[in-house]
This record gives sequence, C-alpha cells and structure tokens, in this order.
Amino acid sequence: MTNTLHRYSEHYAFAAPPHPEPIRDDYIVFAMASRGINDDNLVEKFQTFLRLALKHEPVNIGDATKGGSIRPRQDLNPLAHWRRDHRPDPERVIAEIDGHTTVAAVFDNYEAMEKFVEEIKAAHLGISINISAPIDEAKRCCDDAGIARHSVEYSIGFSGRVDKLPEATTLELSTMCGHGMVSANFAKKMLEWVRENRRTPEEAARYMARFCSCGVFNITRAERIMKRACNIKY
Amino acid sequence: MKIDPDKCVACGNCVPICPVGAISIEPAIGRATINTDECVECFTCYRGMSKEHLNPLMVRAVRRVAKLFRFRFDPEPDICPTDAIVPQELAWPRIVRRAFSDPQVPHESTGIHGRGTAEVKTNDVTHRVKEGEAGFVVEFGRPGVGARFRDIQRITTVLAKLGVEFEENNPVASLMTDRSRGVIREDILNEKILSAIVEIKAPTERVPAVLQSIRDLAREVDTVISVGVSARCDSVGNDLLGRILAQEGYPAYRGKTNLGLGQPTEIQNSENAEVRK
Repeated sequence: MTNTLHRYSEHYAFAAPPHPEPIRDDYIVFAMASRGINDDNLVEKFQTFLRLALKHEPVNIGDATKGGSIRPRQDLNPLAHWRRDHRPDPERVIAEIDGHTTVAAVFDNYEAMEKFVEEIKAAHLGISINISAPIDEAKRCCDDAGIARHSVEYSIGFSGRVDKLPEATTLELSTMCGHGMVSANFAKKMLEWVRENRRTPEEAARYMARFCSCGVFNITRAERIMKRACNIKY
Repeated sequence: MKIDPDKCVACGNCVPICPVGAISIEPAIGRATINTDECVECFTCYRGMSKEHLNPLMVRAVRRVAKLFRFRFDPEPDICPTDAIVPQELAWPRIVRRAFSDPQVPHESTGIHGRGTAEVKTNDVTHRVKEGEAGFVVEFGRPGVGARFRDIQRITTVLAKLGVEFEENNPVASLMTDRSRGVIREDILNEKILSAIVEIKAPTERVPAVLQSIRDLAREVDTVISVGVSARCDSVGNDLLGRILAQEGYPAYRGKTNLGLGQPTEIQNSENAEVRK
C-alpha cells in the first residue's frame, strides 16, 4: 500500500505555488495483517472491513491480490463498444477475498471517512488500519474518533530524473495507481479524448480505474481533474 | 510478455497502456511488438485490458475497409479485440522483473504483494520503527519510469557507507549478496523493473542528513526516486518528524497514518475472554 503514498498534487510540484489547493476528495482507509501475529480469521475480518466501508459509499474498494470494484472483463463481445457496463461490483471484491492481502476503501469526502473510522474502531478487528490522506486531515480524523495515532509516514515527493516525468495533470491521474498500472500515456490519451468530446470524464475515469489492480484509484478525483483540465464545469 | 503476430490486428490500443512505453506498432509487419529489454513484465497489458476474442481475419478486413474510406473507428480504448497478448514462461534472472513490477505477485522474501514491504503500515503489531527512530522508504522508478538494479545498487552502496541499517525483511535486501556494503547480486543488475523499495532506518536526529544524502545521490541515477519517511508517534499521537521535515523544507503534505488498532491475536483473544466473563 505504499501505492497510495505518493499521489501527486500541486503540493509536490517542482515549483510549488505558495498556497496549493488542498485535496478534499481523496481519502483512503486500508487494512492489512502480519503473518503469525494477527492473521486469524482474516478473510472474515477483511470482509467485515469492506462491508462497513460500503455503508459510507466509497468511490472504490479493492483487494490488492484480486482487483478493485471496477475490473477488466475477459468475455466482452463487440456490443461493448456501444453499450459498455461501467458499474462497479463491490460484492465481487468482498466475495473473492481468500487470505492475506490488503483491502482498501476510497472516499471522496472527509465525513464519510471519519464515520467509517469510528465504526472500524468500534468493530475491534485487531488488524492494522491505516489512513492514506493529507496528514493533517488524517490527524483530525483520529482526534475526532478518539484515536491516538500510532505511526506516521510522510511522502516527501520525487527527486532524481524528474525530467522523465509527464506534466502535472497527467501525473495527478497516473499516480492514483501507485503501482504504476495506469500509465502516463494512457492518462494523456484519456485527457485528450475528453478534450475532444470523444468520451465523458466519467467514462474516461472508469477506463483508467480498470487498470488499477488493487482498487485505490479515486474515480471522483479523476473526473474532477479531467473536468478542470478540459474546462468542463464541475 | 509477447504479442502473437497471428492474432494482433494492430489496433494500437495496447500501445499507450504500457507503463514503460515498451509496446509499439512495427510498420514492417503491421503488428504490435514489445521491446523485451524495456518490458518490465508488469502484466498490465495482459491483465488490465478487457478482451473480445474476435477472429483476427475478420477484424483486419473491417479495419482495412474503414481505413480505405478514412473512417475513424472509435473503439473502446482498453480492449484487446483478439486476445493477442500472451504471457511467457519467465526464467531467472528475468523473473525478477515480474516480482518487482506485477503487484499481484507476492514477494517470496516477505509474502507481501505489491512491492513487498510492510513499512509502518503494520508497525502497531511489528514495532519495526520504534520511538526515536525514523524509517526511510526509498523507492526507485516510481512513478512510471522504471529502474535497473544497477542504479539501485549505486545508491545502496553509498547508503551502506553512511552506516544506515537496511531493513532485513525487504525484497531488495533479500537480493543483496553483502548487506553491510549494499551490494546486489551481479546477475540481476541489468534487469529493469517498474519500481523497487529500499528500506532503511536511522535515529530521528539523523533525518536531515540522510535525506540530504538521498537527494544528492538521486542526481547520479538514471531514474526517479520517491521518498517516504516514517516515525512512531508518542503516547498521545504526536510526532516530531513533521516538524523536522517542515524545517528542512520538504513537502510533507500527504502520508499514511497507522491508527494503532492492530493487536496480536493472543491479546485480542484474552480481551474477548474478559469481556465474555
């Protein structure tokens, strides 16, 4: 789940603006366990985690070994080019959990994350729970839920051959799959398609989400980024 | 990974899908091909694309007619119409590429998927990073650039000289032949991977010096490096690290917070027994 750590935003720009816009639609809560320490009844605990998450309407959920709620299909027919089913399938994610993995829920608002964290605390699952979000927002959530943070990990951005990176908007989209499964070239292509009105931002976000193999791609944020970049009202 | 020339219809959908740009349409044969030296075996093209299993002859005929009339066919961008992408049996050392690039393959050394690291995500039960310590997660090749082990070794050998402690339970450390010198086994040095994480630990007061060293070293490699720094919070949930990073001018906006809700099974069982009583 380091794959949620380095999500690019203006805060990490190489010439950062003095007051970057806060990210208020990208909060991830994920769970994992350690072998031989707290991994008993793991499938049941992960399923409980995701079921509780669903009550708060996450924009995506995922199992790192199987995929997210929007996945590629191996059985399409040519009608898919005209009538594609873009609906997420969260029940499939829950049903297919079969052991050690990392499960994640992505929320597009603070309130949903905070309520979910309160419920998770009350559920006493005994597995490790983490928030991946702006650090201050995660701290506020912990304070609101009466939790003393155990550990923190800060992303301090990119260095080295940063000249090899794509431009900022593409990077914002592609880094929402930190494993790199949403390629920069594909993100660029989707931006162009939205700009040319060949696809809607909603469709383009779902194409990209299918490549994120652990379900942490934030569809709502991707739509917002593309609408902003293409001057579409949102 | 390979693209079957008998099935490929050169629709080009897979070209932008590849995270490292290793796929292109070869004009001489009119088929998509993969540059095997650049391919990191991440399986994104194979697993991420939806499939239709159409007859290649039929698809080529339709495409030829459309091309003749200059029609722009606007297909779904994430579909391989003829299921032409074929995984290949990988042997050592190439198999290392997949281990570090395909997030759905668990690392043998740690049993963890993705990049195979737990960092502070399970620190509430593993206590890997203790109070007074800082954990560093130095990731090579991310986002979307890729890295060769030769570049990773250039950094690990210098880090070793700085006297930092490499995390033992880490996929890159498991491939080192001499951890005290940060030396990685020779036969994989030219292998390209999508990303790999080196984890080190140092006392909190050394955070500025270690980060400066990483920043300086980053200029010497032919890839991108993403860095994360972690710390254990105190009993009321505060940490010193944020202040140190701010003082040093690092953009520490986003991060992960371990809520401390994990509990070893025996403690949880005894607590549950108490509640039942």
